[in-house]
Amino acid sequence: MAAIDVIGLTAERAAAMLRAGECSSEELAGAYLERIEAFDPALHAYLHVDPELTLAAARTQDQSGNVGLAGVPIAYKDLLSTKGVPTTAGSKILEGFIPLEDADVVARGNAAGLVSLGKTNLDEFAMGSSTEHSAYGPTRNPWDQTRVPGGSSGGSAAVVAAGLAPWSLGTDTGGSIRQPAAFCGLVGLMPTYGTVSRFGVVAFACSLEQVGPMTLTVRDCALLQQVIAGGSERDATCVGLREPIVLPEPGRLDGVRFGVPWAELEDGVDPGIRERFDASLKLATELGAELVDVELPYARHGLAAYYVIAPAEASANLSRFDGVRYGLRVDGPDLRSMYEATRSAGFGPEVKRRIMIGTYALSAGYHDAYYVQAQRVRTLIRRDFDAAFLGVDAILLPTAPTTAFPMGARMDDPLAMYANDIFTLPVNLAGIPALSIPNGLVEGLPSGLQIIGAAHTENTLLRFGAAFEQAIGFDPVPPTLRGGAA
Amino acid sequence: MSAPWQKNGYEAVIGLEIHVQLATNSKLFCSCANQFGDEPNTNVCMVCLAHPGAMPVANAEAIRQATRVGVALGCRIPETSEFSRKQYFYPDSPKAYQISQYDQPMCAEGLFRVPGEGGFDVRLTRAHLEEDAAKMIHAGGEGGRISGSAGSIVDFNRVGTPLLEIVSEPDIRSPEDARRFLTLLRATVVAIGASDCDMEKGSLRADANVSIRPIGSTEYGTKTELKNMNSFRFLERGIEAELERQLEVVLGGGSIEQETLHFDPVAGTLSSLRSKEQAHDYRYFPEPDLLPVHQTEAGLVELGSDLPELPAARFDRLVAAGLTEPTALALAVDADLARYLDAVATDTGDLKTSANWTMGEFSAHLNGAGLSANQSPVTPERLAALIALVVDGTINQTAAKEVFGVLVEDPQATAAGVVVDRNLAQVGGDDALGEIIDAVLAAHPEEVEAFKGGREQVIGFLVGQCMKQSGGRADAKALQGLLRARLNG
Repeated sequence: MAAIDVIGLTAERAAAMLRAGECSSEELAGAYLERIEAFDPALHAYLHVDPELTLAAARTQDQSGNVGLAGVPIAYKDLLSTKGVPTTAGSKILEGFIPLEDADVVARGNAAGLVSLGKTNLDEFAMGSSTEHSAYGPTRNPWDQTRVPGGSSGGSAAVVAAGLAPWSLGTDTGGSIRQPAAFCGLVGLMPTYGTVSRFGVVAFACSLEQVGPMTLTVRDCALLQQVIAGGSERDATCVGLREPIVLPEPGRLDGVRFGVPWAELEDGVDPGIRERFDASLKLATELGAELVDVELPYARHGLAAYYVIAPAEASANLSRFDGVRYGLRVDGPDLRSMYEATRSAGFGPEVKRRIMIGTYALSAGYHDAYYVQAQRVRTLIRRDFDAAFLGVDAILLPTAPTTAFPMGARMDDPLAMYANDIFTLPVNLAGIPALSIPNGLVEGLPSGLQIIGAAHTENTLLRFGAAFEQAIGFDPVPPTLRGGAA
Repeated sequence: MSAPWQKNGYEAVIGLEIHVQLATNSKLFCSCANQFGDEPNTNVCMVCLAHPGAMPVANAEAIRQATRVGVALGCRIPETSEFSRKQYFYPDSPKAYQISQYDQPMCAEGLFRVPGEGGFDVRLTRAHLEEDAAKMIHAGGEGGRISGSAGSIVDFNRVGTPLLEIVSEPDIRSPEDARRFLTLLRATVVAIGASDCDMEKGSLRADANVSIRPIGSTEYGTKTELKNMNSFRFLERGIEAELERQLEVVLGGGSIEQETLHFDPVAGTLSSLRSKEQAHDYRYFPEPDLLPVHQTEAGLVELGSDLPELPAARFDRLVAAGLTEPTALALAVDADLARYLDAVATDTGDLKTSANWTMGEFSAHLNGAGLSANQSPVTPERLAALIALVVDGTINQTAAKEVFGVLVEDPQATAAGVVVDRNLAQVGGDDALGEIIDAVLAAHPEEVEAFKGGREQVIGFLVGQCMKQSGGRADAKALQGLLRARLNG
């Protein structure tokens, strides 16, 4: 049979093809593996691909799994532990590390019959917004290879945008799913905190991060969320879903009240982004929705609070990488020297910067002024959102203030890099869900519309997302990749 | 005799920090077995080894046991407590932070009473739940110590063992009192079954904060912290040595440095582990991977009503029942023995006599055989039956001891059966005793003369002869009365 054309293939469609017997899981996985071989050397979106392992898993599904999503391929961010398969978190300190267990989300994927294509590139320990902080080299944006794919889940975004996987899982600590989804023209969901298990996710900032889907369509996003969400006995903070995720149908938005925090949009937003955002607001009203001005006065302090809390937690989470039990060890004449040599050699500059910030913020004499104060700000931000959701069904914001920026452009300016998450990280501080969907192109590059909801309103967000998706009519396949298999 | 610091006008000020390993089936934050003595690094998982992605899940049983200890020690149990990360780099701490509790512990302030003569109260600051560290073995160092060792190996079996750290206020005023306090506290924790509190195995560990101050002063002096006192005797000796050291420094015109000291029980010396300048900044912050622990009023009431009789209350009860303080204390701190006694006394209805037997013959038998009370073949019912024969005069003490020996040797034997088999029933009738007395007096005319001549102590010899004649079965009291009557008559 002819090679399967997987570019732009949704997981929903792939599952339908498998169920209809139009192709086998092995053939489908084989088609992706061929594209990976052809395109990934340039993009560098995968850190680990094991074709034999993938094909064996696909054959198993061909023999046994014939329901639902069984046999559909997927790519996992290399922050997610995979039993027996190297997991590096994009860091030299974990080079060659083989986990003892699958992350809960991977185990759930396996249980659903998903077939792993490999592990995707990321900023080291998910610290970054461009995937340039990977110790294994940067990933390129399939829409423009001179630009970054966003981050930290840049590899997971690039593989889906380039047709090297039908969908993927990323993690979001401050925007790490939504911003790369926006940069690569994808749908990305940051789920409500505590609905998806973090067990087996290499921890960066425990109180902020969740695993979430990165997909071509809103319906795929819902399908993958159905797979991964749910309570876990291995994550004490994971209580699961309040209601099952429903597959959304596009429709009108009559009677829906969208909050728009106009004050937050006054400066720092690229004109092209603002134009696309305004256009989506117009679409919303055409679909019957009402726009309401909301205020999030403390959201603008989110960046400062975030860059205290996240590094504080990270400084503790990354202390375990000490060369004693696994991973890199650089020997020294005594214990302290071994620690210092190992951690100096094993961590990249951005990780070191955040460990320093976090350690400082928690130190005696500074703890109250930084860590405690940041927690207070976090509470105020949460209250901002709580108050806003009393009057609106969801809040609309651009996902990022810019489109994908050129590689290297922000590597010497950490604050400019951090500022790219200005619209996403207040959501993590509040622990609420947000969906990013493609919002058309700005000078040939994708932009994102972020739909933010109160806790446990994923179904609402997905329904709104499906409505926008249809009205916007975005083609998620980059022009250079259109027209069938290359 | 007063201690050297007291002779010099100083008072000892002592507080204890006590670590108790809770006897749960699994560890505090994972499902690995919580047990001592297995092959190194066999009871471990990715949580124990702090693999990336591992997450702690709190053991509900450990929380329950910690709460029970808190209630038993008279602590207030706050409605909410939370876990925090205590950060330090060392190979015994795989995450490089210990999950402990900081400003919201499981158990808040309490008051612990040490009863009896010279008894005292000790305020408890708090008791918090935390995970134990791994065990470091410093290969090549003397006795596994780090000094002089070529390298270190780590056994992660112990990491994650639930540990309750109990902190007292500096309310203890002598090394003996420190020992007495810890003895009763240990007994309390053992009594409720929360831990075996074996200092040799390390399931009970005590550090002491020690300072001296002029008698009458209300301010505290600079304290030092003493570590590694792994027996009650070493605790007392270590504190004593440190108090003497501090006295010497102060008398020499020096001042005490705040430092952590290691007590070497063999040499009886103290060496400095670290000074104040080297004190850690643990950079505590709330553990984001765990939810706060909530206690309900109803849950605490139920938990409190389930507790067994505690040592201090038992001491009070036994003293009120007429036992001496030393006997009551010995029973108060030995729950097995106390339970045994209660069972015996329930049958005999005579607590005092039952206590004499329990603390006498029975304890000697346990010590000799290396058994605990519930392991002895002499069940409370069997001992009670024996005591009953003594109380009703069927047998005398001498015979009773013989019967007890048979009960130990032969688990099938009954006290009454042994008395019959061995013909041990007391000879108590006037006629029977009269015959014996006649015979003895006839055989010892010189002693009879001596008694009549005023040497009354000779009666002891004559009683002994009569007893011998009776095969040890004579009722000694009746015998003496009759004998006296005959001699004086």
